[in-house]
Amino acid sequence: MHISRIQAPVKKKDHDEKFGAHALFVDDLQDKVYLYAKAVRSPVPHGKIKSIEFPELPEGCYKVTMDDVPQNGVVVIQADQPVFAGDVVRYIGECICLIVAPTQRMADELAAEVKLDIEELEPDLELRKGNEIAHEYRYETGDVERAFAEAVDIFEETFETGYQEQAYIEPQGMIAEWEDGIMTVKGSLQCPYYVQTSIKHAFKLDDQHVRIIQMATGGGFGGKEDYPSVIGCQVAAAAYAIGKPVKMIYRRQEDMEVTTKRHPSKSTYRTALDKDGNILAMDIDVMFNGGAYPGLSSVVLQRGLICATSVYTIPAVRALGTINLTNTVPNGAYRGFGAPQTTFAMEQHMAHLAKHVGQDVLDFRLKYVAKQGDHTSTGGKHSTKIVMPELIDRVLKKSDYRNKVEQFKNQTGRYRRGIGFAMFSHGCGFTGSAERDLLKSVAHLYKHADNRVEVRVANTDIGQGIKTTLCKIVADTLDIPLERVFCNNPDTFIVPDSGPTVASRSLMIVGRLIQRAAIRMKEEWEDGVEKLYEEHFIEEPTTIAWDITKFFGDAYPTYSWGVYALETIVDTVTAKTELVKLWGAYDIGTPGDETIAMGQMMGGLTQGLAYGSIEDMVAVDGKIKQNAFNSYNIPTSSDICDFDLEFVNNPYEWGPYGAKGAGELPLNGGAPVYTQSIENALGADVMKIPCTVEEVMELL
Amino acid sequence: MIRFKLNGKDVESKMLPGARLIDSIREEFGQIGTKEGCSEGECGACAVLIDGELVNSCLVALGSIEGQEIVTIEGYRETDRFKVLDKAYMKAGGVQCGICTPGMILATEALLAKNPHPSREEVKVGLAGNLCRCTGYNMIVDAVLQAAEEGDGLW
Repeated sequence: MHISRIQAPVKKKDHDEKFGAHALFVDDLQDKVYLYAKAVRSPVPHGKIKSIEFPELPEGCYKVTMDDVPQNGVVVIQADQPVFAGDVVRYIGECICLIVAPTQRMADELAAEVKLDIEELEPDLELRKGNEIAHEYRYETGDVERAFAEAVDIFEETFETGYQEQAYIEPQGMIAEWEDGIMTVKGSLQCPYYVQTSIKHAFKLDDQHVRIIQMATGGGFGGKEDYPSVIGCQVAAAAYAIGKPVKMIYRRQEDMEVTTKRHPSKSTYRTALDKDGNILAMDIDVMFNGGAYPGLSSVVLQRGLICATSVYTIPAVRALGTINLTNTVPNGAYRGFGAPQTTFAMEQHMAHLAKHVGQDVLDFRLKYVAKQGDHTSTGGKHSTKIVMPELIDRVLKKSDYRNKVEQFKNQTGRYRRGIGFAMFSHGCGFTGSAERDLLKSVAHLYKHADNRVEVRVANTDIGQGIKTTLCKIVADTLDIPLERVFCNNPDTFIVPDSGPTVASRSLMIVGRLIQRAAIRMKEEWEDGVEKLYEEHFIEEPTTIAWDITKFFGDAYPTYSWGVYALETIVDTVTAKTELVKLWGAYDIGTPGDETIAMGQMMGGLTQGLAYGSIEDMVAVDGKIKQNAFNSYNIPTSSDICDFDLEFVNNPYEWGPYGAKGAGELPLNGGAPVYTQSIENALGADVMKIPCTVEEVMELL
Repeated sequence: MIRFKLNGKDVESKMLPGARLIDSIREEFGQIGTKEGCSEGECGACAVLIDGELVNSCLVALGSIEGQEIVTIEGYRETDRFKVLDKAYMKAGGVQCGICTPGMILATEALLAKNPHPSREEVKVGLAGNLCRCTGYNMIVDAVLQAAEEGDGLW
C-alpha cells in the first residue's frame, strides 16, 4: 500500500526520555521535601458519620478535613460529589479525610488509627429497575409503535456487561503546592483544564491562581480523565491547609477499589420482525450502573445510547437509557465511553436474531450495515464516505471466515475451534454539540526566535503519541525538519484550553487547529521572528444539527469503522479458551503515523478482547472484590495471539491530513468478536461479558 | 548497614534489612527509573537484575541482597545491548506510555542473556511477568525478535 508522508513512521518525540527512563512521573519528583497524604475511607456502603476520632498526631503530622475546603465539591460536570464526605458516606472507599505526615508509612499508620463512628443506612447495591435515576435520555426515530403492532414476531433478549478497570500501570497520583496565593498541582492526568476547573471551584480561585502541570503519565485509558479532579482537590486541600508541598500517590489496591471504572450495564433489546425475518424496529432499554455519584455518567450514557444500534441502520428505533445510582464506587470514563457495552449487546443481538429467523449470522447482519446517506440511530445522516464493504471483504478473505465458520459447526471433541466476526464503529470527537458549545477549543502554535516551533495545547501524551502526530502535522505543513518542532507536557500557565484528551478527539479536532495555525505561520514566515498563532474551534458542517433536548440529529461529525475476525480454541474439559489469531481492518481516515496508529489499534483491541473474556471485576456487598493484579487478570504477553491488522485509507475532509478519531475504536469490537467465536465453537448463546472460564463452563 | 553493588558502584544502604529494595533504589539512591506499579510482584514495572536474574524489587528485602550486584535501567542504559534494544523498540513501536518500559527492557535483557535467539513463543513466555497495558504486546515481541537479530553476537 502507498503511504503518504504524514503516515510514514517517525521516532516518537518522547521516545528517548521514555526508553532511557529520564521522563519524570509524578512519584519520581524528588525536587523538594514533600509531605505524604493518606485517605481515610468509608468502610460501609451507606451511612451517617456520627464522629471522627483522630489519634494524637505527632509534630509535623496533620489531619485534613472538609473544613479545609472552601466549597466542598468536585466538579466533574457539576459539583455533585464532595471532596471529603460530609455527613453521609455513599460507597465503600469514599474519602472522609486525609492524614498527612513526613513519610508515607507514618501517614498510612496514622490513617489506620482514625476511628470512625458511622451509623449504617440501608444501601442500594445492585443495578436494577427501581434504583434512584441520576440521568435519563430517550430517542425515537421512525414509527416504532406501528412496527411492533404489525410485527409477526417479537424477539427479546437482555445482555449484561461487567466492570472494567483501566489498569494503567502507573497508579493515580498528584502533588499540590500552595505558595504565594497560587495552587500548583502536578500529576498523572489526561485533562489539565478539568482539574483546573475543579480546583478553582473548591478553593474559590481564578485561572491566574491555579496552575496544573501534567507529569509523564503512565497510561490513562479514561481512568485519568475524571478521577484526577477528585484526587487533585484532595491533595490541594492538604497543601492549602498545611502550606507545604504534599504528595498523594495511590497504591494499586486503593486505586482499584476507589477509582472510576467502566459502567456495568444491563441492556434489553426487543425487536419487531416481519414474516420474512426482516427487522422492522427495535426497542432498546439501557441501564448503566453509575455508582454513588453521577460524575461523567451522563455523557457516557449518551454515547452508549447513540451507539445502541452500532454499525447498523435499523428502520425504526426507540431507545431509553438511564444512569442508575447505587452505593458502589462511582463509574466514569474508560476508552470506548459507553460504546463497548452497547456494541457488544447489539452485535450479539443481531447474531441471535439471525439464528432466530434461521439465517446466516453474518449475511443477516450485512443487510443492515450502514451506508453513506443512511440515517443514524438519532435521526442524523451518515454524510461521510463509508468503506465498510471493503473492510468486510478484506477480513473475510484473510481470515477465511466463511469456510471456517461452517467447518467449526457441530464439533464434538474436547478441543473445539470457533471463529467470530464483528463489526463496530466509533463516533469521532465529543458527543453532540459540546465541541461548539462547551469546549470552544483554542490552540497555540508558537514560533521561537531561533525558528523552532512549539505546539502549545492542553492535550496530554499518555502514550498514544499525540505529541508526535501534532508535531508531524506542523513540520509537514511548514516543510521544516521534525526536529525543529516540539511539544511539552501541558502547563495551564503556558498552554491554552484546547480541550480534554478524550473522545478520540485530540488529533482530529486539535490537530486541525494546529494545522490551520501552521498554514498561517508558513504564509507569514520570517526567520528570527517570534510570534504566536492562535486558532479557535470551527464546527464541521453536519447535515442535521444536534439537539440534546430532543436527543436528535448528527451526534458526531463522522465515524471510524472496523471489522474483526477471531479464531479461538475452547477446551471443553477446562473451559479455557486460547486465542489462535485475529484479523482486522480499520478506517480511521488517514492515519497520522502508521506505527503509532497501529499501536493504538493493538492496545485497544487487547483491552477489548480482555473485556469480553478475562477481566472480571465485581462488587460484593458494595466492595470491589478484585483489588490486585493477581485477582483482576489483565492480559500478559503469553495470553495474546498474533494480530493481522490493516488500515483502509479513507481521508476525512475535516481532519488534519485526513485523520479521524482512532484511540477508542479498536476496543469496541474486541468483546463481541470474542463472544462470537465462542458461540461458533460451542453453538451456545453468550448473553454476558466477561465470558470467563466459569461462564464457558455454564455454556457447556 | 547493607552493602551491595548498584550499577557497578559499591553502595551502603542505611535502611533496615526489612526495607524493600525498590525504596532503597528510588529514595536512597535517587534512581527513579525503577517504577512501582502494583507493590506485590505482579506487574514487573520495578524489575531489576540481581546477579543477572530478573527480580521484582518491590518483593525483595534489602537484607537479602548483601554483596549482590544490582543493575537498574540507569546502569543498563549505558551498555551496547541497550542501544540495540533502543533502536528495535523504537522501530517496532514498543513504547507507549513508558511506565512499563524500564522493567520490560530489563526483562528483554534477562531473556536474551539466556536465550539469544528466542522464537516468538519464547519471547511471549519470557516477557509474561511484565505487564503492559498500552501496546497489546505484539509490537514489543517484534522489538525483541528484531533486537535478537540485529544484536547477533552481543548476547
